[in-house]
Amino acid sequence: MIPSDPKQVTQICFDRIRIPDQRRLEVARANGAYSFLPTVLNEFNSEQIIEEVKKSGLRGRGGAGFPTGLKWSFVPRNTGKPTYLLCNADEGEPGTFKDRDIMRYDPHLLIEGMIMAGYALGVRDAYIYIRGEFVAEARVLNEAIAEAYAANLLGENILGSGYSMHLTVHRGAGAYICGEETALIESLEGKPGRPRFKPPFPAVEGFYRCPTVVNNVETLSTIPAILKHGGDWHAAIGAPNSAGCKIFSVSGHVNRPGNYEVPMGTPLKTLIEDYCGGLKRGTVPKAIIPGGSSAPWLTSEHYELPLTFDDLVKAGSMLGSGAIIVMDETADVIKIARRLSHFYAHESCGQCTPCREGTGWLERLMIRLEAGKARASDIEVLRDAAEHMAGRTICALADGAAAPVLSMLKHFPEEVRARVVEKAA
Amino acid sequence: MTMNEAPRFSEERLQEIQALVARYPGPQSALLPVLHMAQEDFGYLSLDVQKYVAEVLGLTLIQVREVVTFYTMFREQPCGKYLMEVCTNASCMLNGADELVRHMCDKLGIKVGETTPDGMFTVTEVECAGACSGAPVVQINNVYHENVDAAYIDAFIEKASKEDAA
Repeated sequence: MIPSDPKQVTQICFDRIRIPDQRRLEVARANGAYSFLPTVLNEFNSEQIIEEVKKSGLRGRGGAGFPTGLKWSFVPRNTGKPTYLLCNADEGEPGTFKDRDIMRYDPHLLIEGMIMAGYALGVRDAYIYIRGEFVAEARVLNEAIAEAYAANLLGENILGSGYSMHLTVHRGAGAYICGEETALIESLEGKPGRPRFKPPFPAVEGFYRCPTVVNNVETLSTIPAILKHGGDWHAAIGAPNSAGCKIFSVSGHVNRPGNYEVPMGTPLKTLIEDYCGGLKRGTVPKAIIPGGSSAPWLTSEHYELPLTFDDLVKAGSMLGSGAIIVMDETADVIKIARRLSHFYAHESCGQCTPCREGTGWLERLMIRLEAGKARASDIEVLRDAAEHMAGRTICALADGAAAPVLSMLKHFPEEVRARVVEKAA
Repeated sequence: MTMNEAPRFSEERLQEIQALVARYPGPQSALLPVLHMAQEDFGYLSLDVQKYVAEVLGLTLIQVREVVTFYTMFREQPCGKYLMEVCTNASCMLNGADELVRHMCDKLGIKVGETTPDGMFTVTEVECAGACSGAPVVQINNVYHENVDAAYIDAFIEKASKEDAA
């Protein structure tokens, strides 16, 4: 049970995640799932729900951190067109593996959150866009959805409330870019996932040019607790401007990698030392990628940083998806940056020139650098290319591609210099 | 299915597809799921299969082609009975993924992207599988294997080879 005293709250989405068979409706219901849903459907109206979510201070958990209530309030009403709710379960940002656990261990939490969100937004058809590789997770979701339909928690006239919503799981097919919300929409329309120009924003013109809200799995899974306990309750958890709890996916050189949900504002060092059993080697990390591979790197000087949206921005990075990749003293930062450059070159959708060409340049130069064949002038080309990609494209993939390269150059100039050849052979 | 036979979904599949199409505002939305089904049923997405999928959904061939070539999970060539996809992105790399790939290739006598001559094993490198706490991660025929090391892979290959010989 999540405590009603916000000061006592240590986790929200993971509150029931370790209960055996929680994925089954019977077990989930015995542990409180859907217990508040009738109250929401019968006693709350759309404006009240959106107001509570605004008050809660909830910010999107997928990476951008946009205020959820505000996003919902952008949806125009009475347009004569249907409004769609899309759950972003693409989970492709390297280092991120949190949504997978919600979906495979507590799928009814997500479904309940989607019903509540759908009701608030007047949605009749909702979809979960899950990355194609998550075959087992999609199966669990489909089983949970079938159980929810059988119990009239989905479908026509849910629990006699007069509200109807249909939910479909849709598997992607291996494309990082489809985690970007407009690319996700293109993909759900059966096309290659190429991001769209914004505006128009999806809230106004999204799926089949209709008003559309795209929310991350963790975001939607937070909604039931917010509506049950109130927006003010949620706003009192965590840190100013970073309300609530957050799941951090910690991987790399730690003794106990895994997903840990903690109140926002928990120091990075506490997370790594107390939850993850510390570093594999040494006492301070050499480098930390704090918000998925697109986030600029941090170093040991930031080890005590509180994990909030603002503190990470102040440190020159971002909270992103909450994926923390830890590198200890043995890590070859040039090799890691080269590998990430390959990732972005592979995943660039190709429609914007600075990204399509730039990611290829970064990868080729990084291969040269790692092999000890780069000259000092190559490093300048590398820096120049990275700096000129960011912010010059439709979506943020180019910024993500530039981040590891620029971080390597900024934090590890000595290692880069040591790898450069004085003269070409 | 032999190469000369025209690809055809079973009646059951066709009904499944019909039900699926009804869940979306437009039939093109069913393209990715139907391509997954086609790959499952026919092994890979030959040009004939792609033409057939276009016909089933009432799309043009180019609409199907651009999706098949955009998404990495769709294969236009056959692969081994066991498709072993190793994540070599950052977290897996920090936990020995490169060494694992080298071990697999050496053991099987193939390069990354190749299939053993007996058609049993294909080794590929893939991008982040989203299971980084279990690094290094190998997906074998869409099943996640986590914290994989050389001994685990050796045992898997041995078991699979024995089962196939039996």
